[in-house]
Amino acid sequence: MIFEDEPVPGYPLPILPGHTSPGRFERVLRAGQFAVTTELDPPDSADPEDVYRRARVFDGYVDAINATDGSGANCHMSSLAVCALLTRVGYAPVMQISCRDKNRIAIQGDILGGAAMGVCNLLCLTGDGVQAGDHPQALPVFDLDCITLLETARTLRDEHRFLSGRKITYAPRVLLGAAENPFTQPLEWRAARLAKKVAAGAQFIQTQWCYDVPMLRTFMQQVEEMGLLDKVFILVGVGPLRSAKSAEWIRTHIPGVHIPDDVIKRLAGASDPAAEGRRLCIDLIQEIRTIKGVHGVHVMAFRQEHAVAEIIERSGVLNGRQPWYPGRDPHTNTNRMAS
Amino acid sequence: MYALRQWSVRHARGLNAFYRGFESVLVALDPLLRRIGHERLERPVARVEKTVKGLLFDCRMCGQCILSSTGMSCPMNCPKNLRNGPCGGVRANGHCEVRPEMKCVWVEAFAGARRIPGGIEALRSVQPAVDRRVQGKSSWLRVVRERVGEPS
Repeated sequence: MIFEDEPVPGYPLPILPGHTSPGRFERVLRAGQFAVTTELDPPDSADPEDVYRRARVFDGYVDAINATDGSGANCHMSSLAVCALLTRVGYAPVMQISCRDKNRIAIQGDILGGAAMGVCNLLCLTGDGVQAGDHPQALPVFDLDCITLLETARTLRDEHRFLSGRKITYAPRVLLGAAENPFTQPLEWRAARLAKKVAAGAQFIQTQWCYDVPMLRTFMQQVEEMGLLDKVFILVGVGPLRSAKSAEWIRTHIPGVHIPDDVIKRLAGASDPAAEGRRLCIDLIQEIRTIKGVHGVHVMAFRQEHAVAEIIERSGVLNGRQPWYPGRDPHTNTNRMAS
Repeated sequence: MYALRQWSVRHARGLNAFYRGFESVLVALDPLLRRIGHERLERPVARVEKTVKGLLFDCRMCGQCILSSTGMSCPMNCPKNLRNGPCGGVRANGHCEVRPEMKCVWVEAFAGARRIPGGIEALRSVQPAVDRRVQGKSSWLRVVRERVGEPS
């Protein structure tokens, strides 16, 4: 029997012409809206409510939520499971896949499984080295790298086959993404690296934290010169810093994060450093949004997830738009049920 | 050996030219190699290859050498085995995230590629996933088989 108030979570949208996924995130990007994504800190727990509670703090402010895959090589609830829980109630997750822990057999299985559960977006990553995390004794797999991972996902989607050539009967309909870090060595190679990812199938990019806008501009200039601006949606990574001390810690301990001295000085001189960190984040977003080729921001507010809504609200980037969240349109679901 | 590996990147141009010549000689020797049999040659050739390339490049014998496409910096020395460019964790001084005492093999590759004619273009091409079955096998014999056009 069908209940009158039956939920329609993860109900796939029709795929619009020129789209590769039935997801809302792709629709927002292709509609030319300034997109906002964020990252869910996966729980060290087997309680689904821990995931939902962490997702709810973003309600109404983000278009997609990244489910990290053992980020920093630390063990947490898996990306696939977080995605399964999120799609169950209709959220649009970005399933992160790292090459560190799984070989090509496991990864392809996860891509099919994720898509079957309503995942519409994949982020293909190399992954942090095991030495960075809480299990340095672990075997680093790295069977694929992020680029061959992109190619693998594209093969599944577009050629309807595994890497082995064996046919699959129903292809995963997903938007493919990758990461890029415009702020680290070898700088002159970074745009070319992005080109390689686009050639391998990347349709959107989420960058490492940006605290240096001139550096980002140089990178975007190179990306434009390579003729990539209309081939890929670029979302720039941003995030609030808590204090000068924590900024200092991040830049010395997390490889690949570049925080200029004047940012540290600005935080050190503030009477309320956390508030100043959020203000700085808002300033960065407002500056970044004016750069040609930037299609959105990816807010990584580790352990400050509650601040994301305020930052996005005050930055004004949504322009009055309210991204979907469970319960935003109480009547639509019922209508869809009837039709 | 790390110091020798860095020397090889600095001399990428010469080494690449030498290898090109060496490869032509191998291909020219194909009838002879075939008469002896690739299977019989596999172990001794792989041993020589491992010694020479191990010395010059810290070669890991992945069996599908792409040194000419990576500025003579062996990508299998990357702790993440990245064959398509650097990860996002490269340190500000250009050193490796996982092994801070080592320069990123891709920073080296970029430097080496600039010394090889067409090296930068080669860096831009997407390398396929590694075939783990050929680990430890000779890349040289494989190249001969591919160049001569015989199914391996």
